[in-house]
Order: sequence, then structure tokens, then C-alpha cells
Amino acid sequence: VKFLPPLVFLARLLVGAYPRWVGCAPTATQRIYFANHSSHMDTLVLWASLPGELRANTRPVAARDYWGRGGIRQKIAEEELNVVLIDRARADSTADPLDPLRAALAHGFSLIIFPEGTRTPQPLPGPFKSGLYHLAREFPQVELIPVYLDNLHRSMPKGTFLPVPIISTLRFGAPVALTPDEAKEQFLERARAAVVALAGERQALEPTE
Amino acid sequence: MTPTAKLFVGVLVAMLLVFGVGTAIGNRIAAAAREQDRIAWARQLNLRIRVGWVLVLLFALGFALGEGALAILFALTSFFALREFVALTPIRASDYWALVLAFYVVIPVQYLLVAGGSFALFTVLIPVYLFLLLPVVMAIKQDTSRYLDRVAKMQWGMMICVFCVSHAPAVARLRIPHYDDRGWLLLLYLLLVVLAADLLAVAASVVWGRTPLRWDPNKSREGVLAGSVGAVLVGTLLWGITPFDWWQSTLMSIAIVGAAFLGSVVLAAVERSLGVRDLPAATGLPLVQGVLGRIEGLAFAAPVFFHLTLVFFVA
Repeated sequence: VKFLPPLVFLARLLVGAYPRWVGCAPTATQRIYFANHSSHMDTLVLWASLPGELRANTRPVAARDYWGRGGIRQKIAEEELNVVLIDRARADSTADPLDPLRAALAHGFSLIIFPEGTRTPQPLPGPFKSGLYHLAREFPQVELIPVYLDNLHRSMPKGTFLPVPIISTLRFGAPVALTPDEAKEQFLERARAAVVALAGERQALEPTE
Repeated sequence: MTPTAKLFVGVLVAMLLVFGVGTAIGNRIAAAAREQDRIAWARQLNLRIRVGWVLVLLFALGFALGEGALAILFALTSFFALREFVALTPIRASDYWALVLAFYVVIPVQYLLVAGGSFALFTVLIPVYLFLLLPVVMAIKQDTSRYLDRVAKMQWGMMICVFCVSHAPAVARLRIPHYDDRGWLLLLYLLLVVLAADLLAVAASVVWGRTPLRWDPNKSREGVLAGSVGAVLVGTLLWGITPFDWWQSTLMSIAIVGAAFLGSVVLAAVERSLGVRDLPAATGLPLVQGVLGRIEGLAFAAPVFFHLTLVFFVA
């Protein structure tokens, strides 16, 4: 018997983290999973929903100003989740914040990113930042998989630190590819629409909070 | 061996036999199934037989570790069921503190009261105190959009998933004259009759099924009738492990089977109205996901059985 890592167990105990592979299969293809971002649980839950063999090769991208401030949070981020830290605040204005992501992709890792850049505590995601577009252009062989996470903003609303149990299902959609002459805005809107489409009617009907 | 231990071993062996044979038959049916609806039926059947194995495990654990362990097992059941229920309701981020109260305070307290045998308290905690407190907690944020809708659904979820389910371990706490420390056997009786009704209805539906039930395509009117008669028969034959006479056991079984049937009608309607019937069972993790569908019979039968036993055999 192989036991689940404690963090994965905890995530599944609290919110289930049940994957639904609607548009693709859980295979070892190199991928960028991009999802809506509604709570601090998202990174852990998306990572925990992957099968073990995929999890080992998938690194979540996390903001340095939240996950990299030392203490237990940084320990979890580095030793368990094996995150790629991204410098949202651009402390060093000469460095490209996407460089650590490029390095991880070049090493063959899959990535988990939240292209909104910040949490949107409601059912549907806000506009996407351009990082996804740049990575799509530079790594055309990597599959871009839209993912929709439901309910997590209800489990851990902004300003709280104790998550409450509530089932969260993750829907993995069909790959979105950048077409040769597609403009940046056009592509980002199409990527966002792919996530929204996975949300289904129920979420779309929900009043915003 | 003490008489109690002998009884335990006897019941355990009998259950292992019944579910062993059941599993063997279920696997053969599943292997032989070719048509789509036959495969689906075999899956439904095997799902219920697996519930039987969980029951055996629960029974052995409960006996070995005592009533405290039983309370913990049912508390976890409430936890998983409520976790599922909340996800289906319009409960919002502003109801966060109500959820903290429900999961981290009410569930532990309710089962502590059950384990401690404080009947006067555990039967009023949720219907009285939580009923009054929950709307207060949910009003503090002054988020009034669909307020009554949210409060009502939260109350209802607490009643079904926590209050009703907690009556099952409470059955094991009943102190019945001349029955002494065998409360866990009475709980087993309840669980077996509920399971038999469900299992036999699904099995019989394929043999005599003509009119499928509108709310549950896995069962038919004829199947439910045959399954209910069968379950009452099972209950009657089990009178030896109860404090009842055989005819009293027949009447109790009728009450349990009837309540469990009504429970499945109601929960099916609830799941439909929330737009999710049969959605979660699809992933093969029937006991952590899809708990709500598995407890529907028990949630209705447990309080009724608890109360009838309390009134006629304890007082």
C-alpha cells in the first residue's frame, strides 16, 4: 500500500479535489494547466487532483510575495509542491518574471498557472495576463489545458485562513493551441472563454459576490 | 469465550458468508454483462454489495473499539455527506462562518453528545439551538441576497446529514432491559435491514422490472415491492439478535423499510432539484463521493427506529 502525501490527503479530505477529464486524458504529455483563481487553496487543490505519476512532474507557478516569504508556507511550497516562484512585484526591473517558467519548461516539467495573476473570488475568472500567450508562442509543443475549479472561493474566502469542507470538482478541457497569426488579446480571450465554457450553466447563473 | 464474544463471532462469520457469496455472484453478473443497461445494473448492484463490506468493517471496528469508535465513524459519514450537500446549495462565501460552525463545532458536539448518551441534549441541539443560531450567524454579514433560501438549505442539510444520521450510533446507546450491552447489535440490525431493502430492490428490479420508478431508473415498482417484502423477511429472521419478539421484529422492519423508501424518494427529489442526480457516483469512489445517495435510506430510518425503540422498549 502506498500512502498519499499528507498534503494531498488533507486537500482531498477537505474539498475532494475530484478531477473530471472532459476534454483530454491524464497522460504524461508536457502541459501547461491554466485555471481560474478564486482562493489560496487553488494551487494545492489542482496539484492534488492530478494522479501521482503526473504530480511528480508538474510544478505549480506561485507568487513569490505570498509563497516565498519564509516559514512553513515556503517550506511547503518548496519541499512538497516543488513550486516555481514568480516575481509578481518585479523587484528587479531588468529581469523577465517569466524566465523561471521558461527554465522549468525547458527541463521538461509541466506547469500549473493562474493567468488572472490574482484571486477573483467569484465563480467566473477575470481577464488573463499575457504570460500564457508568451509561453504558448515560445513553447508550441507544450499542450495548453484549460481547467475550471469550482467552489473554492466558498471554502476559503478572501481574508480567512481556515478552509471549510466543500466538494470541489476540477474539469480539464481540450487543449487550446495558439494559431499562427492570432493576436495576443484574441488568444487570451479565447483561452479565458475555454475556462468559462468548462464552468457550465450552474456557475454562470450564480450571482457574483 | 464470553457469550457476547460468541455472538459477535457468529454474526461476523454469517455476514462474511453472505457478502462473500454476494460478491461472487455480483462479479459473475458484471463479467457476463454485455448490454449497456445490464452493465449499468451490475454496477449499481455491486456498489451496494460493497456498502455491505463497509458495514462488516464498521461492525468489527465498532465492536473492537467500542461505542466511541462508532460515533467517530458516523461523524465522518456526516462530514462527507454535508461536504457534498453544501457544494450543491447556493451557500456563498459570506456564509463562511456558518460553515465553520456547522463542520467544526456542531458535528463534533453532536457526536460527543451521542457517545456520551445525553439523549435530552443531542435530540435538541440541531432542531432547537442551531435552528435559532444559524440564521443569526448568516445575517451578521448583511448579505441578504437569497438569504432565506440559503438559511433554509443549510438547516435542511444539517438535519439530514447530521441530526438524522447521528441517530444511528445513538441506537447503540439505548439501554434496553434484558439486552444489556448489545446495543451495537441493534444498530447492526437497523443497518442490515436498510441495506437489504436497497439491495433486494435493485436485484429484483431486473427480474420483475416492468415499470421503472420515475425518480430512480435503477429500480422498478415491482422490484421495490419484492425487495421490501424480502427486507421485512430478512428483518424478521434477524429477530434473534434483537430484543424483540419475532412479530415485533416484523413490525420494526416494516417501519424501517418504509422510512428508508420515503428517504430515497425525498433525497432523489432534492438531488434533482439541485440538478445533480447520479452525477457523483460516476468516478468509482462510492464511499467518499456520492455519500449523500448512499445514506438516503438510513437518514430517514434511523430517527424513526431510534424513537420507536425508545418509546416501546426502553421507557
